[in-house]
Amino acid sequence: MHKKEIISMLLAGGQGSRLGILTKNLAKPAVTFGGKYRIIDFALSNCINSGIDTVGVLTQYEPLRLNQHIGIGIPWDLDRKSGGVTILSPYVKEQEGAWYSGTANAIYQNIKFIDNYNPEYVLILSGDHIYKMDYSKMLDFHKENNCDATIAVLEIPIEEAHRFGIMNTGEGDRIIEFEEKPKNPKSNLASMGIYIFTWKKLRQALIDDNARHEDSDFGKHIIPTMLENQDRVYAYRFKDYWKDVGTIESYWQANMELIETLPSFNLYEEFWKFYTNLDYQTPQYIGEEAEVQKCIISEGCEIYGTVINSVLGPGVYIEKGAVIKDSIVMANTVVKAGAVLDRCIVAENCIINEKVRIGEGENIPNEKKPSIYNTGISVVGENTTVPEGVWIGKNCVVYGETTHEHYVNGRLESGASLILEGVEA
Amino acid sequence: MRAVGIILEGGKSEKLKDLLVKRGIPAMPVGGSYRAIDFTLSNMANSGINKVAVINQYNCRSLLDHLSSAKWWDLGRKQGGLFVFSPYISNNNPFGYRGTADAIYRNINFLKRSNEPFVIIASGDDIYKMDYNKVLEYHQQKQADITIVCKDLKGKDVSDYGVMILDEDNRLKEFEEKPLDPQSSIISLGIYVIQRTLLIKLLEDIVSEGRFDIVNDLIVRYRRKLKIYGCPFEDYWRSIRTTESYFDVNMDFLKKDVRDLFLNQYPYIATKVKDEPPAKYNPGACVKDCLVGGGSIINGCAEKSVLFRKVFTGTNSYIKNSVIMEGTYIGNNCRIEYAILDKEVVVSDGRELIGTKGNPIILKKGSVI
Repeated sequence: MHKKEIISMLLAGGQGSRLGILTKNLAKPAVTFGGKYRIIDFALSNCINSGIDTVGVLTQYEPLRLNQHIGIGIPWDLDRKSGGVTILSPYVKEQEGAWYSGTANAIYQNIKFIDNYNPEYVLILSGDHIYKMDYSKMLDFHKENNCDATIAVLEIPIEEAHRFGIMNTGEGDRIIEFEEKPKNPKSNLASMGIYIFTWKKLRQALIDDNARHEDSDFGKHIIPTMLENQDRVYAYRFKDYWKDVGTIESYWQANMELIETLPSFNLYEEFWKFYTNLDYQTPQYIGEEAEVQKCIISEGCEIYGTVINSVLGPGVYIEKGAVIKDSIVMANTVVKAGAVLDRCIVAENCIINEKVRIGEGENIPNEKKPSIYNTGISVVGENTTVPEGVWIGKNCVVYGETTHEHYVNGRLESGASLILEGVEA
Repeated sequence: MRAVGIILEGGKSEKLKDLLVKRGIPAMPVGGSYRAIDFTLSNMANSGINKVAVINQYNCRSLLDHLSSAKWWDLGRKQGGLFVFSPYISNNNPFGYRGTADAIYRNINFLKRSNEPFVIIASGDDIYKMDYNKVLEYHQQKQADITIVCKDLKGKDVSDYGVMILDEDNRLKEFEEKPLDPQSSIISLGIYVIQRTLLIKLLEDIVSEGRFDIVNDLIVRYRRKLKIYGCPFEDYWRSIRTTESYFDVNMDFLKKDVRDLFLNQYPYIATKVKDEPPAKYNPGACVKDCLVGGGSIINGCAEKSVLFRKVFTGTNSYIKNSVIMEGTYIGNNCRIEYAILDKEVVVSDGRELIGTKGNPIILKKGSVI
């Protein structure tokens, strides 16, 4: 195996439970975003655009869709003779078999993979974020400061600092203290979950920490230990757009930001493209009576109705008289004539039948999962059918091939959940 | 599949005027995302042919760029794959290809090094969807030496095509190229099935006699000696050899049945992947009956038009009955009707470009007005 200066390890095993029904059958990095992309595309594209051609993707929760999406890495030019993309799932070892029990534990279990490439540096990423970042600049910073570890940080409003991992820095942005969700934050530098380590240093730290914690984690264990040991840990300030789309509301918001006339996150830059695995390049058709305004629409859509303030994935079909407003509609979903969607997220391969109305009524938080569905957005899970003429309120969840029998008087009141197959959302 | 494919560049039609300055017909942009050759190339791949040669001659930069990777058609393979042959000058052959037969003859090693029993030859100029397996079946069923896929144009002008007269069994009786007084309305689509070894023999024979053309020296000359059959094709097939037909074919994609055939029904037509973001419609956009490619940003109005990838239209601009190719920028307050704007054209704010149905305005690639 040829030596690589830097390789990237992308943590993609998270469930993203706060995305509710959207991550029922797939890991959060595989959730679609911005129409045609999946969340992991942003980190993968950043890698190749930064010149990193070796990426290990660590999967655990519902990996099937993610594996299919990544394949051998063709869309990201990561199909390489040496390096390229490798899916790393937990496996059975001689004495034991183990799931990944923490972020650092996942890397620990793949030390052999990293050693293969004998890298100087390892970049640790999470497949959960939407951003555009040139990691090569961060690597330059790491080298210039002769760091053992560099943590990318974002300057956030101090009043939000209590929700993040906060870095307290000294001279030249050397980190002196790390506080997870501090009550009285001393700084506004939030960790973005992006680390560059000098591999020799990290390798030893992983082995040492594995003896102490079986759920070894970067934020909880590795970084604090390195700080205790007076290792050179620096904060790398990132000034551009970065979004954690961890909740239904932030996921919806981040999608909606893309439709602004001058979006704060620009997908249209010629020399920093985002790549995705989409097997057709079909143009979209906008029909004679259609109205499309303030929206982004992906390949192969056919629009005969009204689409306003919305984000549409590839192959979506909107029939005449249907109205899609302030909504996200994912790949290959069909919305039939006269249906009205207001502030909804409809996942892939759904059928919304004639004259269905979703997203009306009172803003009552979801009765079963009030912490997930509480901002008025109703969510329809993938492969779901909603029968003709049904009325669905706000903060509702619908999943499965529902029929009229499942709706009382043809209605699903605000805050109600209708999830078939007896599985919790 | 038991055949190899050969895609020929049909010709250098003068009738496409400025649109061909930078490219041959196979590289002509069609239907919002594609180039003409994508149709034949996808037909080949979708028929299970995994060894395909593209032979080109005229202005090939654009085509070579398009074919720079074969993976989009699933032809990036160790077994077979995509071969692109351009003419080269050698001591004993100081010319370009002297005709279609010569083009294949000069690359005859491609045929000799294959072991598939049949060859499918098609032109890369035309817009259609075809399963060549069906033609091959027909060929075997008729025990033909050569099968030519043909189409009855029923009353339309056929004087620009090769016209075939068939007997009741569809065997070829007469073949006339671009006849002044056509005796039939059945035209050859330039798609041939022939046994590989027979093709090698015929090519060696005719080229040694100084004959270089498939139509005149193979089909017409051998029409009685060989069993040549016509295989009728009923579906959508269009050539884009004139500005008018080029414009019409693009407009055909606004029809539901044409879109269903090419865009919505499996197997799909593949093209070079360009990773454009979704198309964006800003406030004030008003788009009716249009095909729009990925990465376009629309601020104005567009009606009955085909907009390729990465087109930008400014606020208050109005586009109707037009074909706007990839990367073209249209400023604010423009008015464009019956126009074909080639790639990367820049139309400054407030310009009007109004053509007519029979005589659309054409702007060359990269023009700035």
